Amino acid sequence: MLNFLLSRLLTFIPTFIGVTLISFSFIRVLPGDPIIVMAGERGMSEERYAELRAQFGFDQPIFSQYWDYMTGVLQGDLGTSFVTKKPVFDEFFALFPATLELSLCAITLAILLGIPAGIIAAINRGKFFDRALMSSALVGYSMPIFWWALLMIIVFSGWLGWTPVSGRISLMFFFDDVTGFMLIDSLLSGQAGAFKSAASHLILPTIVLATIPLAVIARQTRSAMLEVLGEDYIRTARAKGLPPSRITYVHALRNALIPVITVIGLLVGTLLAGAILTETIFSWPGIGKWMVDSIYRRDYPVVQGGLMLIAVMVMVVNLTVDVLYGLINPKIRKS
Amino acid sequence: MVETTQSIERPGRLKEFWYYFRENRGAVIGLYVFLGVFFVAVFAPWLAPYDPTEQFREHFLQPPAWQEGGSWDFVLGTDALGRDLASRLIHGARFSFFVGVVVVVISTTGGISIGLLAGFAPKWLDTIIMRLMDVILAFPSLLLALVLVAVLGPSLMNAVIAIAIVLQPHYVRLTRAAVISERHKDYVTSAKVAGAGRFRMMFITVLPNCLAPIIVQAALSFSNAILDVAALGFLGMGAQPPTPEWGTMLAEAREFILRAWWVVTFPGLAILITVLAINLMGDGLRDALDPKLKRS
Repeated sequence: MLNFLLSRLLTFIPTFIGVTLISFSFIRVLPGDPIIVMAGERGMSEERYAELRAQFGFDQPIFSQYWDYMTGVLQGDLGTSFVTKKPVFDEFFALFPATLELSLCAITLAILLGIPAGIIAAINRGKFFDRALMSSALVGYSMPIFWWALLMIIVFSGWLGWTPVSGRISLMFFFDDVTGFMLIDSLLSGQAGAFKSAASHLILPTIVLATIPLAVIARQTRSAMLEVLGEDYIRTARAKGLPPSRITYVHALRNALIPVITVIGLLVGTLLAGAILTETIFSWPGIGKWMVDSIYRRDYPVVQGGLMLIAVMVMVVNLTVDVLYGLINPKIRKS
Repeated sequence: MVETTQSIERPGRLKEFWYYFRENRGAVIGLYVFLGVFFVAVFAPWLAPYDPTEQFREHFLQPPAWQEGGSWDFVLGTDALGRDLASRLIHGARFSFFVGVVVVVISTTGGISIGLLAGFAPKWLDTIIMRLMDVILAFPSLLLALVLVAVLGPSLMNAVIAIAIVLQPHYVRLTRAAVISERHKDYVTSAKVAGAGRFRMMFITVLPNCLAPIIVQAALSFSNAILDVAALGFLGMGAQPPTPEWGTMLAEAREFILRAWWVVTFPGLAILITVLAINLMGDGLRDALDPKLKRS
């Protein structure tokens, strides 16, 4: 087990270096001078240009630039934003709870609906329920979620007037950040209606962000269930005369869930990509919107730092899933 | 005794494929829709009633024909600049097809070549290539494409390149895995003994036996490419207005969502139908090409 853990950790290091190299080189190696782009159409004097180049260290050789960048990264210093003048690291972690809250709600919804849907489809294989559920799952899987979000706004905010269009909570409420999770903070604040407002802001973004993971989980659960239900030990259980519900939920489901859990772990990247679109449409103040805004504003330190932090987060989650998978399944550990 | 040497011919590969593909009704429907969109894309200038950029100044945001205030001159209504929505959608099909085809061509050729190289290369080179692919896969694909386009400059072509780069590691992984499982089989050894050169081994002996999962992946990346380019267009980082690309059309329509439902609904519906058709086909391809996967 220790060997397995070590070998996984060892592959983490070169990947991490690669991630820092990519986010570092985007600005420096690809065509386009960030300082000229920053100046925009106004242009700038040559002295100012040289001054700015020196300020950002662009006049140094590329290796020493990377060295400076890496020493910064390892000390948690990712530079400061051009626009807000705040450290990128602090900004990221100030906005991260918003994205985490939204993503957790979305993945919870996807799991709560997706696994039962997959089980129902597998049990009713080839029948009406199976077809209906799997057709909907394929539609969900093919959904352009930015359009889906707009449709939801038209119907639920526009025509029905049930939900707000943007933000995390109504401007009427104001309270301190305790956990950074609006649902919890609004409860803690004890203000009447605050929780309801926070929840109503959360509904549409959650549904939109959950759509693709929900479809993926439902499809994966169905195929894993079908595979397990064909195994010999299930036939044995049937032959022993166990009730079908016990076979499905106790014997089959436990083994079918292993690949489903892996897929859920791998959905983190999908969630973050979805968060970029969802947060932009619903003006949700999280890291997805922050990245898009920074790209529009050409705020390069933020783009560079945010890109790296997000990639590292995806890597850490994937590593955790990998290790957990090894814990559950000794076959993986040995190979 | 009369000798009866009746040779039973193996059905042609295509015929066999079609036999399994046809079993999946959804896949056949998907194929027909896909061919329909392809037809529209090819003959767009003849099918579209108007030029996609022509503005009709008396008809801003006119609703579709069946709704009050609409007319059959503009079947699906007009957008905020008075352009015919139906014509723009028809021309938009061309961009989606272009995007899908180019992305699939670039990412498959790149991915297959690198994957073959990794599969046949010495261990150290294989490790370097695979770590590099891990690095690319660590970034959420849309985010990486977004940043790439931001640096290269927003345009449809740059969006296509960015997405091809982002999708390419999947092919590398698939090809490499297939090569490694094939490499030690007897037919490969015998080709080697017969004196096949390295390139012949890679592209003629081994590759054709690795193609099934790659073709399925190609269908998936075709639909992914259309979705991602539309998403980039929606964020203002893909095709630029007045290009009638579906995602870009949605971005332009965003401010009118509560006033004119049709400018938002139809472009998205076009994306959904196209992507859904391709994904249906992809499921059918998987069932028909990959006998290892259980048919369900």
